[in-house]
Amino acid sequence: MTTDLVPLAVLMFLVTYPSRAIGLLAPGIERLPKRAMEYLQLVGPAVLTALAAVSIMVSTSGEHPAFTVGLPWVSVGACLALVAWRKNLFLGLAAAVAIAIAGRAAGLS
Amino acid sequence: MGALGFGFVFGLTARTVGHYSTIEAMAMSAIAFAGAAQFAVVGYVASGFSWPVIVLLTGLLNMRHFLYSTALAPWFRGRPVRERAVAAHLLTDESFALSIAHFRRLGRFDGFGYWYAAVVTTLIPWNIATFAGVSIGDAIVDPKRLGIDVIFPAAMIGLAVGIVSGRRELVAAIAGAAVAVGVSLAASPTVGIIAGGLVGPAVGLAVPATPRAGGPATLEDGMA
Repeated sequence: MTTDLVPLAVLMFLVTYPSRAIGLLAPGIERLPKRAMEYLQLVGPAVLTALAAVSIMVSTSGEHPAFTVGLPWVSVGACLALVAWRKNLFLGLAAAVAIAIAGRAAGLS
Repeated sequence: MGALGFGFVFGLTARTVGHYSTIEAMAMSAIAFAGAAQFAVVGYVASGFSWPVIVLLTGLLNMRHFLYSTALAPWFRGRPVRERAVAAHLLTDESFALSIAHFRRLGRFDGFGYWYAAVVTTLIPWNIATFAGVSIGDAIVDPKRLGIDVIFPAAMIGLAVGIVSGRRELVAAIAGAAVAVGVSLAASPTVGIIAGGLVGPAVGLAVPATPRAGGPATLEDGMA
């Protein structure tokens, strides 16, 4: 069993940990200006939707990134609607997976 | 549930696409513990990127954690350095979303809430599921047929819904997604995600905040 990528995991930790820790460990970071704190409050929604949108709308299977439309839009859209309506992430994820399975069984991609 | 799904898909992807061994996949999940970046790195490894490039891209993709940790800092005020140092390693998209929503709901820090979100709902299931995914990866011919590939974006959008509490958050979320997709198409998904995460909040700030009855209008107000 190879372990060649274990040092890469350590390097990934070394570049990730500072960005995770500096906010929590730097003294006074919480006394940022009000405008900066308001900005930071909006980072979570923006990053999470960015990750989701890129995941379902951008295909990287070709030489260059390309816009793509497909079944994941329906799955993720259903999840979004269900979580907004029922406040239940598990229900949303289950629906997303069920739609994907049914859609692919029907020949959709 | 989300961490179980992601971890399983990561394990599958690491085995089937990146040809990781079980030890390598588990090292990624336990040491790097970097969610989306782990997925990205599978692609980088499979594409033959050099390690310096992979490390640079990982650092860029995970820059958003600085913003998470800074947003959480007021809630951790007064907590021991050792606790904050360990908490930092466990700060992920999912633990951030769960814990900040929990703190806002309570209006105060709750240590049990953070550790529960970070360890019980994220770290443990992520690693168990990684092991399961990488162990049986060879046996699953087509994860897409099982709908596994939609779990990651569905969970990201579901978590976003959980922390959108006003029009500013909604505008930031929509703008972040739009910018991310646009920049991804023009440059690369890594750059696109960072751009969406940086520009989306700036667009959200241009919108008047939603007045809130009986609650703080901002994180700072809530901590004052």
